[in-house]
Amino acid sequence: MSAHAIEHVEDHHDDHGHHHKETFLTKYIFSQDHKMISKQYLITGLFMGIIGIAMSILFRLQLAWPDKEFTIYEVLLGKWGEGGVMDPNVYLALVTIHGTIMVFFVLTAGLSGTFSNLLIPLQIGARDMASGFLNMVSYWLFFLSSVIMVMSLFVEAGPASAGWTIYPPLSALPQAIPGSGAGMTLWLVSMAIFIASSLLGSLNYIVTVLNLRTKGMSMTRLPLTIWAFFVTAIIGVVSFPVLFSAALMLIMDRSFGTSFFLSDIYIAGEVLHNQGGSPVLFEHLFWFLGHPEVYIVILPAMGMVSEIMATNARKPIFGYRAMVASILAIAFLSTIVWGHHMFISGMNPFLGSVFTFTTLLIAIPSAVKSFNWITTIWRGNLQMNTGMLFSIGFVSTFITGGLTGIILGDSALDINVHDTYFVVAHFHLVMGISALYGLFAGVYHWFPKMFQGRMLNKNLGYVHFWVTVIGAYGVFFPMHFIGMAGLPRRYYTNTAFPYFDDLADVNVVITIFAIITAAAQLVFLYNFIHSMFHGKKGPKNPWKSTTLEWTAEVKHIHGNWDGPIPHVHRWAYDYSKLNKDETDYVIPGQDYIPQHIPIKDNEEELNH
Amino acid sequence: MTAFLVVLVIILFGVAVWQMSKIFQLSQPKPDDSSEIANDKDNNINGWLMMGFTIFTYLLLAICFWKWWDVLLPESASEHGSEIDSLMYVSMVLIFIVGFFTLWLLGFFSFKFRGEKGKRATFFADNDKLEFIWTIIPVIVLAGLIIYGLFTWTDIMNVNDEDDPMVIELYAYQFDWRARYSGEDNTLGEANVRLIEGVNQLGVDASDPNAQDDIVVNELHLPVGRKIIFKMRSQDVLHSAYMPHFRAQMNCVPGMITQFSFTPTITTEEMRMNDEIVAKVRKINNIRKENSKALVAKGEEALEPYEFDYMLLCNKICGASHYNMQMKIVVDTQEEYEAWIKEQPTLAEALKEQ
Repeated sequence: MSAHAIEHVEDHHDDHGHHHKETFLTKYIFSQDHKMISKQYLITGLFMGIIGIAMSILFRLQLAWPDKEFTIYEVLLGKWGEGGVMDPNVYLALVTIHGTIMVFFVLTAGLSGTFSNLLIPLQIGARDMASGFLNMVSYWLFFLSSVIMVMSLFVEAGPASAGWTIYPPLSALPQAIPGSGAGMTLWLVSMAIFIASSLLGSLNYIVTVLNLRTKGMSMTRLPLTIWAFFVTAIIGVVSFPVLFSAALMLIMDRSFGTSFFLSDIYIAGEVLHNQGGSPVLFEHLFWFLGHPEVYIVILPAMGMVSEIMATNARKPIFGYRAMVASILAIAFLSTIVWGHHMFISGMNPFLGSVFTFTTLLIAIPSAVKSFNWITTIWRGNLQMNTGMLFSIGFVSTFITGGLTGIILGDSALDINVHDTYFVVAHFHLVMGISALYGLFAGVYHWFPKMFQGRMLNKNLGYVHFWVTVIGAYGVFFPMHFIGMAGLPRRYYTNTAFPYFDDLADVNVVITIFAIITAAAQLVFLYNFIHSMFHGKKGPKNPWKSTTLEWTAEVKHIHGNWDGPIPHVHRWAYDYSKLNKDETDYVIPGQDYIPQHIPIKDNEEELNH
Repeated sequence: MTAFLVVLVIILFGVAVWQMSKIFQLSQPKPDDSSEIANDKDNNINGWLMMGFTIFTYLLLAICFWKWWDVLLPESASEHGSEIDSLMYVSMVLIFIVGFFTLWLLGFFSFKFRGEKGKRATFFADNDKLEFIWTIIPVIVLAGLIIYGLFTWTDIMNVNDEDDPMVIELYAYQFDWRARYSGEDNTLGEANVRLIEGVNQLGVDASDPNAQDDIVVNELHLPVGRKIIFKMRSQDVLHSAYMPHFRAQMNCVPGMITQFSFTPTITTEEMRMNDEIVAKVRKINNIRKENSKALVAKGEEALEPYEFDYMLLCNKICGASHYNMQMKIVVDTQEEYEAWIKEQPTLAEALKEQ
């Protein structure tokens, strides 16, 4: 089977008549077709997302009403919610697993895995990924790691609860917190498999983009989505192995008595033998991945937003070259800023200065991107499809969340807001909510491509969007204030400090907004499942887009195009381009020119 | 207060639902237009809503400020803290201006250029001058911020021994704090967790001459105006010594000694007189009184009234009772401090008693 797939990819030319009989197993389960794999990623990601968001609602309830008893705790948490009172350890477990699931399983695999798989072959004009087999392995490793992560929730002593950053010694010593026993072991195993999955996926994306572009598709004619996925994959390959090494050393410390991260510890009445290790080393290794990770999450969203925005504004993306350059700049800078998570970790203050410098530099390409998006909608003819709304929402949260990064990236200011709710508000807006908006925008926009022409219901989409954007700001704007009041994150309850009593009602407001926002996601879920089977079929190119995926067959076939692969003659953003006399569009009556249409006599050629 | 907020949220939610139902009504598909692609009506409604959303964003922020301005930290009680506060102020003003401006452009353009059948978008692919402008402006502004920030940071973190700071050890363990004063010689005795035994909870080397006059306490007293250098240790896992009122924080790392230095400038007594604190304490006590009513009705004890004190919190996840790992900090006048420290037994005395 794999030979078959490779053959297809390699013989890149025009005949594509022969089809093998697909069984249920090879078509839906162990599929090597990138379109099916992308759907598998999406659905697994959404499933994990439901768990992650449900967890956030549970701990928001606890934070808003720490003294109240909720039977739902007992129902969902069992022995850790006895009598409707949440156990402090399980509170920490919830925030830990919420973070892990959302960052890795939803926003890395669910977002980049879904859309890289769907769009790379379709938008560059390839029959499939470079290696369909590796692609399949990548998904199934992801699935396995998801299963292990979910299993870890049912371990007797509880799942990992040392925070999603799993700093040792807390994560290394079961004496320190019960979740650091079997729960933590499973967490590490799951993440190790996840990393393998991510690496296989990323290598595949890189090779595919470099080697399998159709004739005429030069790098400067690539849609920005592809640029974003490509660069994301590179950062992934550079940084994920470092997390793997950190995880490996942590496993050694936990199970084989090494001292990479442990030194001079007295716990539970005895001195441990470990000496010479340093938890700060772990922090370096973790954030060497951890920081690029937030760009692994946000770059694909940026790429999709650029694409969706240009299409729906009926305008070329403004400053294509600057957009590409800023993606590259962000990717490069993202690998040299990890220390801003560690200003007060005890590392040398001089290093703090260096990291402040590099961190604040990221604001420059980010600003360029934001201004370019805003200019893209200027004098456009904005088609308010749900994908477009989420893209505009993305720019909004990227700005509001990104600006507070200027505070946190400044080492001197970080001293007092580090690890407070200010940080929580910042990163949820700038990477959590923004990336989710990117994910939603992508799902609304490319749903017809995934589900053979069926479209999501737009009115449900509007409800989903408006409730979500209002709710998300309702959750995270007030959160900045409790952070600046000095409230630390990861506190099971704030009642131990009477000083924070006046923050209780802010927490109530946040929780109410969180519940409303989470409820709005049910609308999306219903829409998604319903439209999968009963959605109205739209035209082949519903958004009148220029990119190649809309020239591919609506019905999914292995190889994407029934006939020859189209050749590319122009860049991806010829929207509303006028002819030389400026009397009408280049193609009269049609405000877009797909990439496979040759340059016409009556148009000026751009440098693409 | 809570009731008001709940009502506010309900009203906002109501408005949202009303808007939704309006969308639903207005966008009821006509029989001939049953497509899932936005039509002129959708563009129009959502364009207006985008404008509304921008105003909602501003309003929400305004409401947050109006309701919760008073929860923010009071003026800094340390010397370097006021520098941090001015840097914070400058950065905040900057991000508010930029945020206000860009969100307005985003919202207004979304509204102004909402789609209409037959309307023509402008083919505007790039403009080097414009892009240069919005690259160079952030460069200049950030250069300013970076330099300002780095000077502040270096001032805070580079401890000058010529100031003759008083050395105090902060010792963190699951889930409490201890402070070790270095005594008259201003030098801490050597310590290691391997020496922990009985009363010698911090593992101080009892044979070290420097350790004899060390004083271990569980309440931090600081003389006002004297520069302090905190040497931090942890016994088990990572902790973080967070003193929000002094704009001070540093992680406590097992196996290594970290440090942070500051000069307290306002005594606890003075801070209790501070207008903001007086108002805050009054508000908190009103809340506590309200909450006590419910407790008393249930037959439980009422909450004690709150009096302001500086505090040291743990700000790095450290286990089940992370949320309650705290120590009281008292900033005294020099005389009060001396009187207090005199009453504390030195390590030598404490060990002898054992």
